Amino acid sequence: MSRLKHAINLGLFLFAIWVLLSGHYTPLLLVLGVLSTLLVVFLAARADLIDREIYPILLKASVLFYWFWLGREIIKSNINVARLILDPAMPISPNVFTVRAFQKTELGRVTYANSITLVPGTVAMDVEEDVITVHALTMAAAKDLKRGDMNRRVCHVEGVFPCS
Amino acid sequence: MMQPLLDVLSWICLLGGAIFLLIGAIGVLRFPDFYTRLHAVSVCDTLGAGLVLVGLIFQGGLSLVTVKLLLIFYFMIFTGPTAVHALAQAALQSKLKPLVDDHEPR
Amino acid sequence: MFIAVSAVLLVAIALGLVRAFRGPTLYDRVMAANMIGTLTVLMVAVLGFMAERPEFLDIALVYVLISFVSTIAVLRVYASRVSMQGSDRK
Repeated sequence: MSRLKHAINLGLFLFAIWVLLSGHYTPLLLVLGVLSTLLVVFLAARADLIDREIYPILLKASVLFYWFWLGREIIKSNINVARLILDPAMPISPNVFTVRAFQKTELGRVTYANSITLVPGTVAMDVEEDVITVHALTMAAAKDLKRGDMNRRVCHVEGVFPCS
Repeated sequence: MMQPLLDVLSWICLLGGAIFLLIGAIGVLRFPDFYTRLHAVSVCDTLGAGLVLVGLIFQGGLSLVTVKLLLIFYFMIFTGPTAVHALAQAALQSKLKPLVDDHEPR
Repeated sequence: MFIAVSAVLLVAIALGLVRAFRGPTLYDRVMAANMIGTLTVLMVAVLGFMAERPEFLDIALVYVLISFVSTIAVLRVYASRVSMQGSDRK
């Protein structure tokens, strides 16, 4: 019966988004909103998508902190990559290596791999179980990632220990 | 009184974002192989797009416009890396060899 | 000022188009299309502010999602074609 609860929650969430984005509160548009919400929930149920994963990432304090940290990393490496692009000599040293993800859950690994890709200078090319193949633009970027700072942070946010 | 300050902040963000977008586009043109170009796309997707959207948010103020801009930002942050990863994985599986620098010692 | 930003965006889109035409692999072209998608979203948003029509943002919002889905769809189609044609493709 928890499936029904999930479906109702999804419907309420989608309708809230509709109300937020439409900006018109006439009866006709609200009815249309209800209808399209029901259609989407029906399609999601048919595609068997209604489970725990419909809930967006919860706003834990540690998640917010991680986002701030990641934002700073992104800005730093953006500036590095921008400098490389504008350098006439283009001193890049592309290399490929693998890292082992410390995270135990799928969500944690996805978060880690996406964080790697989100930071310019490193791209996650392949994820298999807990081995992530990474393409790095420079040796420095590769070394930075291999230190495992981000790996540990994602693991701490995930909250399944030990992180090693 | 706050308006001029917000305007200045917004112009700084917009200009910075535009510069990063331009740099990213130049990188897409200049980098030697497919995998290195992905990093340039990353620059466009993250800081370039982010700064432009933040600049627009300063223009929008507290309104529905800001909510929509934040939602665009949210989707970009989540779909950007997924698309880049999908590209890299597809290229890897089709046996496209990445250019690897072996001048420096490992 | 919005005009300056949209001019830069146009230049960036032009550079992306050059990469899309030059290739050399299919993945370069899809990547360029993906980047042009991102730039177009920003362009639509900036144009919305320039014309003072906030409805443009809804279009931008939908465009983000369409651009993502189309990138994935092209990769899927190509992957299935490769696997169907087998080894003679390489």
